[in-house]
Amino acid sequence: MKLPLLDQLEEGPWPSFVKDLKEQAKRRPQVGQLLQQLEQSYENRWDYWRGTAINVPGYGGGIIARYSDLGEKFPQVAQFHTIRVIESPGFVYSTEALRQLCDISEDYGAGIMQLHGMTGDILMLGFDNEKMMQASEALMENGWDLGGSGNGMRTIPCCIGPARCEMACYDTLRLTKYLTDKYIGYLHRPEFPYKYKFKLSGCGNDCANSMSRSDMPVIGTWRDDIQVDQEAVARFVEEMEPEWVVRNVTSRCPTRCIHLHGDRIEIDNSNCVRCMHCINVMHLALAPGKDRGVTMLIGGKRTVRSGEMISSVLVPFQKLESDEDYLAFCAIVERIWDFWGEHGNEHERVGEFIDRVGLGTFLDGVGIEPDPQMVANPRSNPYIKFEEYAAPRLEGEPQKGANVLEHEPDRREDYEGS
Amino acid sequence: MATEVERKTDIGPPHYDQFLHPLIKENYGKWQYHETLAPGVLMHHGPAGDIYTVRVSSPRLVSVNFLNAIMDLADKYSDGYFRFTSRNNVEFLLASKDNIEPLKQEVEALGLLVGGTNNAISNVVHTQGWVHCHSAATDASGLVKSVMDELAEYFTSMKLPAKLRVAVACCLNMCGAVHASDIAILGVHRTPPKIDNETLPNLCEIPTTVASCPNNAIRPTSIEGKATVKVDEEKCMYCGNCYTVCPAMPLADPLNDGVSIWVGGKICNARTEPMFTKLAIPYLPNNPPRWPEVTSAVKKIVEIYAANAKPYERVGEWINRIGWPQFFDMAGIEFTKYHLDDFRHAGTTYRRSLHNRY
Repeated sequence: MKLPLLDQLEEGPWPSFVKDLKEQAKRRPQVGQLLQQLEQSYENRWDYWRGTAINVPGYGGGIIARYSDLGEKFPQVAQFHTIRVIESPGFVYSTEALRQLCDISEDYGAGIMQLHGMTGDILMLGFDNEKMMQASEALMENGWDLGGSGNGMRTIPCCIGPARCEMACYDTLRLTKYLTDKYIGYLHRPEFPYKYKFKLSGCGNDCANSMSRSDMPVIGTWRDDIQVDQEAVARFVEEMEPEWVVRNVTSRCPTRCIHLHGDRIEIDNSNCVRCMHCINVMHLALAPGKDRGVTMLIGGKRTVRSGEMISSVLVPFQKLESDEDYLAFCAIVERIWDFWGEHGNEHERVGEFIDRVGLGTFLDGVGIEPDPQMVANPRSNPYIKFEEYAAPRLEGEPQKGANVLEHEPDRREDYEGS
Repeated sequence: MATEVERKTDIGPPHYDQFLHPLIKENYGKWQYHETLAPGVLMHHGPAGDIYTVRVSSPRLVSVNFLNAIMDLADKYSDGYFRFTSRNNVEFLLASKDNIEPLKQEVEALGLLVGGTNNAISNVVHTQGWVHCHSAATDASGLVKSVMDELAEYFTSMKLPAKLRVAVACCLNMCGAVHASDIAILGVHRTPPKIDNETLPNLCEIPTTVASCPNNAIRPTSIEGKATVKVDEEKCMYCGNCYTVCPAMPLADPLNDGVSIWVGGKICNARTEPMFTKLAIPYLPNNPPRWPEVTSAVKKIVEIYAANAKPYERVGEWINRIGWPQFFDMAGIEFTKYHLDDFRHAGTTYRRSLHNRY
């Protein structure tokens, strides 16, 4: 197969997807047509896909449908849908399990996969309408389930956590499985104002990229003191030199709460913000404390509609060990879904909703007390609506607290008359 | 249909327990420390013994053919257990230290690289691009290949001041992790959608299309008695939301679509708070198959960062220390009107101090 432009991507040290897909084209001819269409995109700088939604019976999401604009020229990719499959938590696999997925991917589709998609799903590419249904059934027969799409809870990814990391402050894999199983209906049958993503990270290093990319990041942390092994500290200081330790560890502490005295480390734990830097660098000598739990955050997302948002702190510390802890965690989640589900606008992520109604109203709505850990700083303007004097704005709203405004987002008014 | 009666649904994820290496299962939650033995090679120590991780590059968009080769190696060297990282690297999990070198050799023979750990560029997170997305302004896989061919030495070594995370997204929706990566490469549309009034009434639901626009730039209208929509081009910000619900409004524009470069995002909480990426270069031409303008711009930024940042300083932390004027100066990038935010909360990005730098 000659592809004058794509062929140029076969050379070079980085693995070449073109070379790989050309090999796959020998096994599945539709991959050849995919490459030919891609060559045409490279030539004309034009995208030839159209998207729409198709569902498997009983499911309201999980299939990303793609139709080619060049279907007449490349009939084998005229329908080239993606199936999202819920991944194994922690992205761990046995070859036996993945070979099963590979077989399904090739038996019914193009045998192209992505491990993993942005939301955490296993993506399988290249199914037509009929084969997509058959592949979905084959997946379910073998114990694999479809992932989420649309306005529902999405597939949950997590970091490797306690499976291979000494920093993990809670069991990210267990919570991933627990939440997905418990809320599988919300994942498969979307009924929220918009998507709701959890991402779970075991510590503040946030390997699951949760804070910027999920509506509800759940990040491991601790309340007591950093564990210090002074003998290991002494060995580290001797190996690296005290000056190096000061320059790269203690002086990089955001609150300057860690000090080197001779070959001992002293930490003012009341000022430690659990950023992880000293533990990352001196991980043979320092470790997170023993009283561990999670911080629940809310409202992270990117661009669409209101622009970027990094999530903010909702519950500074929540234990996550006993069954009761798990239930307490879920009670918070469900109150959020109830309140946002009732008052959120169509296609309004929970972060945008909070932006519109205010964090105070949101906290009232979900029954969480305000806490200074939730803010970078208190308000700096004086336009306070004291509850005692503010008229209720909306019938049926909780008596206590500022009320939700059922109006369109501000920007809509901004544009009126312009 | 007898099968429908017995149909299994709502299964949820498989239990990870069955996919954990026996040694990992024993050490689960009990790990004590880890060491980096070489670029791409980690050792994690737990009471039941050590597990060795070998991290390998992957193009993310992979075939069964590719996976078969990986799984053959996993069967041979890591007892059939392996995993993927959140940045799409492949990780082999070895119980025996002696398997590291032979595995590395076989991985390299496949044309893959071992690396991506610690102060390296790890695998590039990216989107679907022209391979599978409907709203792509550029390709993602090809961009990644072109950029990483130039930067491969930073994957296989650990010579950068800190970890460097690169991501690619092919339109303004930023589906890649681009908004919180050290360097982000982002496809941009710069012109409003073109409406196909002939097909629109058949392909699209007009109220949904109108509602899809975040800026309310879409209004219903009729042309020669046929219902369609019109776009207030001044309000359009080229996000592509309308095209997602209405395929009769293509946004792609071969002449004007391009690529922008963003810097300084960070999601880890270590030292400084998480940060979004900020605009470095508003527009570079879309120049497949090798995107020479993009690759040289990214390489330049990596090189000035590598030469000037302090240990453990991520790109955003480095820029915050030296200041944006110095960054633009060092990178040889012109600062333009387009670097000034004019979206929501734009005012929060203006400098309100006398902390000048010359």
